Amino acid sequence: MLDPGATRASRQSPSAAWTSHPLAQLTLVRFLGFLREPEAMFWVFVFPILLAAGLGIAFRNRPADVLRITAVSPQLAQALRQEKLLDVAEMPAAAAEEALRNGKVALLAVPAPGGGVVYRYDDTNPEGRAARMLADRAIQRGAGRIDPVSVTDRFLREPGSRYIDFLIPGLLGMNLMGSAIWGMGFAIVDSRRKNLMKRLVATPMPRHYYLLSFLLSRLLMLVVEVGVLLTFGALAFGVPLRGSLADLALLSVLGSLSFSALGLLIASRARTIEAASGLMNAVMMPMWILSGVFFSSQRFPAFAQPIIKALPLTAAIDALRMNMLQGAGMAQLMPQIGVLAAWLIVCFSLALKLFRWR
Amino acid sequence: MTAAPEFALQVRNLRKAYKDVLAVDGLDLAIRAGECFGLLGPNGAGKTTTMEICEGLTDADSGSLEMLGMSWDSDAANLRQRLGIQLQDTQLADKLTVLETVRLFRSFFRAGPTPAEVIALVQLEEKGNARIGNLSGGQKQRLAMACALVGDPDFLFLDEPTTGLDPQARRQLWDLIERFKASGRTILLTTHYMDEAERLCDRIAIMDHGKVIALGTPRELIASIGVEHVVEFSAGSSTAPLDIEPLHRLDGVRDVRRENGSVEMLVTELHRAVPALLDELSRQGAPLTELRTHSASLEDVFVTLTGRHLRDE
Repeated sequence: MLDPGATRASRQSPSAAWTSHPLAQLTLVRFLGFLREPEAMFWVFVFPILLAAGLGIAFRNRPADVLRITAVSPQLAQALRQEKLLDVAEMPAAAAEEALRNGKVALLAVPAPGGGVVYRYDDTNPEGRAARMLADRAIQRGAGRIDPVSVTDRFLREPGSRYIDFLIPGLLGMNLMGSAIWGMGFAIVDSRRKNLMKRLVATPMPRHYYLLSFLLSRLLMLVVEVGVLLTFGALAFGVPLRGSLADLALLSVLGSLSFSALGLLIASRARTIEAASGLMNAVMMPMWILSGVFFSSQRFPAFAQPIIKALPLTAAIDALRMNMLQGAGMAQLMPQIGVLAAWLIVCFSLALKLFRWR
Repeated sequence: MTAAPEFALQVRNLRKAYKDVLAVDGLDLAIRAGECFGLLGPNGAGKTTTMEICEGLTDADSGSLEMLGMSWDSDAANLRQRLGIQLQDTQLADKLTVLETVRLFRSFFRAGPTPAEVIALVQLEEKGNARIGNLSGGQKQRLAMACALVGDPDFLFLDEPTTGLDPQARRQLWDLIERFKASGRTILLTTHYMDEAERLCDRIAIMDHGKVIALGTPRELIASIGVEHVVEFSAGSSTAPLDIEPLHRLDGVRDVRRENGSVEMLVTELHRAVPALLDELSRQGAPLTELRTHSASLEDVFVTLTGRHLRDE
């Protein structure tokens, strides 16, 4: 079979099909490797949904709480029951004292000599203070007080301002970062450790195809990743998508490329999985805390804000939130886009210089 | 191949140092087109470093190299198209199938057989859709060979192709290498198995401490030590130890040395040396407990040249 004549005769130029192009083959192999790794599938696709569902349920909007209070006389209890936000129980004095001490009720109302009322409550507890105001309003109104100014309440419960609306773009940003950095980092270090990278470099494979294949397979997965999380948010919680979907797609691609470049830089020299995962955690941990995934980054002191705003995850999450929740266009997002592009260019150039090919 | 040059690979005065270790120390090699050339030596002799410099994976500190009439400095891309390389300890991706892996490697070469043809060549047809993680050691090594042959190379590098394989898997791989050799292409092979080198290689360079210490056909190398047979025996006891001094003077004996409790005699004429040995042992009253002989091998060449065994470590 290895007779020279026969082999030479079967020499053929590679078929023109794009599927036999080295870049297509490298990307395909990368993608298959990922699909056949059940753990990776879980962390990238299932975990963000579980997290969003869990947090969405924990912080869902409930009707305003009804406060439990107690009164020791029927007249007082009668007057207090006019307030719908109070759940009034009438008890003997000793039992009422007991309930207040145990925190079962927020306030205890006791008649005072001369038709007055004594409120007993813990003034350091917000529930106690709220109960005091509601109880007093009920008693004063019951006694004939007329409020001099007429007021109307309008409640803030529409989609876009709830915690889940804040959370979904945050999780999306966190997911873009995690899957890009883990995806790049582990795959590269693993193939370096197993000498597979050296073996590929020993073929005529153009080296930039190798790096490009990581970015391309990343973009393929991005479609699924982003799509799944946003669809879940929209269907399960009615999270709004007020900005243009094309802009949202572009922002996701840019964010993912920036994080991939960062992952490439982290993996450019490491020879062991341990070294790489240490580096990855050191890079990602501060961003999980500072970049406003779960709570607003505005909570950190003013002097730290310029640094926080320069982090790629802050830029990505801010841009995603402004697009989804406020419908901001690309022009308004230029600062964030600039930050992401800067990270992309700097990390990618550095990584190319530092990259260890064996 | 047009007007093939006599030498497929010529290396002059190659030198490579790692930190404080001199891995390759002024190495010269000339490998003829169409021959199977073996680099033989113990671990750490500089075989793999030499291979990697020739494969263009490691830069030499100094020296010159010409392969298939080209050099790495000016023709790297063309050279890569014509080389087949199998590295020591490459782990291909476990999750991919044989066919997917061969297809990937095939995509890097401008010309060559189809993936299915290469898989048939290394007799893995039935494993085409099996994941690499489920292959045996010998099957993995044949797949590595398929990846090396997929570009229809003119020059094949094999770095310890059969290390760690069972005898049957080794023989399958040897058949494959012999068929490639028969097609007139050139092979550079490293090994520390003597039998492998003797069976496959047209010429051999024995390396030690980054240098070639002997060069020739297996037959020439063995002849060079002037010994045809080796007699290994154990005799005597702790109370009556054997005196090996008189053995040197026996008929047909070239050299005598102690080797882990037994004695090795290098002899030119076995039929005269063995009776003489038995006479001497009975004179000393040292009963023989073990006796073996074998024809002189490359192992004996290495021991004679360096005083060490190839597999020591």
